[in-house]
Amino acid sequence: MLTRYVEAASSYAQDIDGLITLITVLVGFWFLVAQAVLFGLIFRFRAKQGVKAQYISGEEKSQKRWVTIPHMLVLVCDVFIIVGAVRVWTDVKQTLPPADHTVRIVSQQWAWTFIQPGPDGKLDTEDDIKTIDELHVKEGATYHFQLLSRDVLHSFSVPAFRLKQDAVPGRLITGWFKPTRPGAYDIQCAEICGIGHGIMAARLFVETPEEHQKWMEKLSPVARAPTPQAEAEQENTPPAEGASAGAGAE
Amino acid sequence: MSASAPAGTDSSAPHGHPEEGFFRKYLWSTDHKIIAMQYLLTGMAMALIGGFTVYAFRMQVAFPGESVPGFGQVTPGAYNALVTSHGTVMIFWVAMPVLIAAFGNYLIPLMIGCDDMVFPRLNRLSYQIFLLSAVVFIATFFVDGGAFGGAWTAYPPLSTKPEYSLTPLGAPLWLIAVALEFVAFLIGGINFVTTVMNSRAPGMKMFDVPIVVWMIIAASILFMASIGPLIAGAMMMLMDQLAGTHFYDPTQGGDPVLWQHLFWFFGHPEVYVVLFPALGIVAEVITVFARKKLFAYKTVLYTAIGTCVLSFFVWAHHQFVAGIDPRMANVFSVTTLLISVPIAEMLFVFIATLYGGSIRLATPMLWALAFLVEFLLGGVTGIFLGASAADIYFHDTYFVVAHFHYTFFPIAFIAVFAGLTYWFPKMFGRMMNETLGKIHFWGTVIPFNFIFIPLFITGASGDHRRIYNYNHFPDLARPELQDLRVLATVALVVLLAFQLVFLVNFFWSMRKGRKAEANPWKANTLEWAAASPPPHGNFAELPTVYRGPYEYSVPDRPDDYWPQHMPG
Repeated sequence: MLTRYVEAASSYAQDIDGLITLITVLVGFWFLVAQAVLFGLIFRFRAKQGVKAQYISGEEKSQKRWVTIPHMLVLVCDVFIIVGAVRVWTDVKQTLPPADHTVRIVSQQWAWTFIQPGPDGKLDTEDDIKTIDELHVKEGATYHFQLLSRDVLHSFSVPAFRLKQDAVPGRLITGWFKPTRPGAYDIQCAEICGIGHGIMAARLFVETPEEHQKWMEKLSPVARAPTPQAEAEQENTPPAEGASAGAGAE
Repeated sequence: MSASAPAGTDSSAPHGHPEEGFFRKYLWSTDHKIIAMQYLLTGMAMALIGGFTVYAFRMQVAFPGESVPGFGQVTPGAYNALVTSHGTVMIFWVAMPVLIAAFGNYLIPLMIGCDDMVFPRLNRLSYQIFLLSAVVFIATFFVDGGAFGGAWTAYPPLSTKPEYSLTPLGAPLWLIAVALEFVAFLIGGINFVTTVMNSRAPGMKMFDVPIVVWMIIAASILFMASIGPLIAGAMMMLMDQLAGTHFYDPTQGGDPVLWQHLFWFFGHPEVYVVLFPALGIVAEVITVFARKKLFAYKTVLYTAIGTCVLSFFVWAHHQFVAGIDPRMANVFSVTTLLISVPIAEMLFVFIATLYGGSIRLATPMLWALAFLVEFLLGGVTGIFLGASAADIYFHDTYFVVAHFHYTFFPIAFIAVFAGLTYWFPKMFGRMMNETLGKIHFWGTVIPFNFIFIPLFITGASGDHRRIYNYNHFPDLARPELQDLRVLATVALVVLLAFQLVFLVNFFWSMRKGRKAEANPWKANTLEWAAASPPPHGNFAELPTVYRGPYEYSVPDRPDDYWPQHMPG
């Protein structure tokens, strides 16, 4: 249902969309019934000359039924929604499927830096590929991300992936995603982070394995990658110093 | 503001309260009704600021880069400051003072049948601190660096370090203003609770207290119980800003997420703090205009108590993706969805009250019914956000914005208009104009839906919050989304324009409206036993209570109402 408004491009997007559809059906039903009853009563019981209102205390069991039964049913719907939510949540946020690749995402006022392993498949080596405001990933591969912030709170948000995770300075937050559909998608910062919050945009490119291979070769990163020491510094030092580390060439 | 003196104040002074000069009577009064009016008019003035800020930043969203008439160019910094101020003002300086302080002060002594609050001078102090807080808040616009722009939630480190927020004075002043406002309401809350416990009219048992009074008491207790951690948190933040401490500074061993817990431990109960008085107002209006006994009075009370208790265990649903332990999300998802049960039950009770009624659609009743219609949508959309996995997508999008405006707007405006139009004859001794009242009603409720239904859609399409120009995001720059943003903005301007009708009606009726009798709506509660407007000291003779507040249409009685103070 949500795909009417936004594309779905990750493995768990359809799980989250399914949950949203379930909620829409259940609460939509309640919403329509409640509105119908409300408007029905308003029209049915408009004041008429000479007709006195009824005296109903609502304290007797036979009367209270009219609200207790609906409220039991609301509870039943809640249980369905909770079960659905917990199941999807556990998959998306609580478990880490084995990774094919790892990407480090560094947020700062007001840019995203993405660090991916080069041909050797390891982070913090000389052939790391570093991109700014652009993330290239391979369709069908499972990625772990390591989310960092250099200054304030940010939030790594990819609507097409149904992925959102705040970045907290001083913490490394790990999560995962698996792109399933090639294309270009928005990356947003979803947590207000200062005057540049509105321009903290990046672009996500989901590529087929062949395209992705070509992109990696084209970047030929060894000359441009930061040294492991510079990289380590970036994580642990306050923002002002860390910001320039990326420029350090061999 | 205080120049708008209530009409009919020349009524003869009752025993023990000699005539006072203008200053003592309107500016330095200990009369709960005058203090209520001070809160009300200050709240209305602040609502104009809140309305102007939203006008300016919504114009920027709809027409990015264009100069906004009456404001000028909205820079990114100004945009953030406007968004922050709108949220802060509407919650802390409009919803709180009007719903809790104005209605609480006005209604509690009148509805429980006593002459004033038990601590009248504390009451005056409460308003004075509140006024000071509003002045401090307004000052943030004029200091070096401008007003604080870190959102009303003020998450650190953005809010604590000027090099991040670029508002070295705006941020601490904002915090001081909010903290002062908390102090004002703590004092007010103590006063409310003590008054209801000690000063009820003879014969008024706990279950004879009108629901709106109960609701204001529940809200006050909830506020007082939840505000402590936030005041502590705010002091730590102030020290981080001004004294160089590092409570929230991760580079020095502090933790920014700590603030989020302290803030939302208050912030979520706060929703119910403003919701309860609104529900109470709706209960009063519905019973009077349906001529019906409130359906299951005790159930309403118990669901309110249940909601109060549960509301302390839901706060982390604002933090599902904030970096807390993901397992916690499951716990808070359960508690959050559970809280839908008492709230749904309360709405069912109000709907059930209409059954068998004799419904008159006067302006107050239109507002009360509109509250139910609109709040239902706000309630059900909350389920999407309480369900942890769905919140991953919706968190910090316009879906959230639309959801909480479907709760807050009915609370802070629709229910308030229900209350104001209903108690206006009591407050000023004159009736409001019904035609203008209905024009204002439709001119508010229709555009309201045209603002926020489009925003549900843009939110579902991925629009994230607090963005001054969506053209920076290729997926969000689509023309059909921009059309929805423009539609919402146009509807907002229409809604704001129709508030002029209310202001005209309000101030014109105050002086020129048709004279109101003591009990124009034929209601049961004690405030209608006093003159309209009640003099300082309220009742010529303190009433005695013989029955509950909702004995409407009792069989075998000629009248369809039976006031609480009437013997027999």
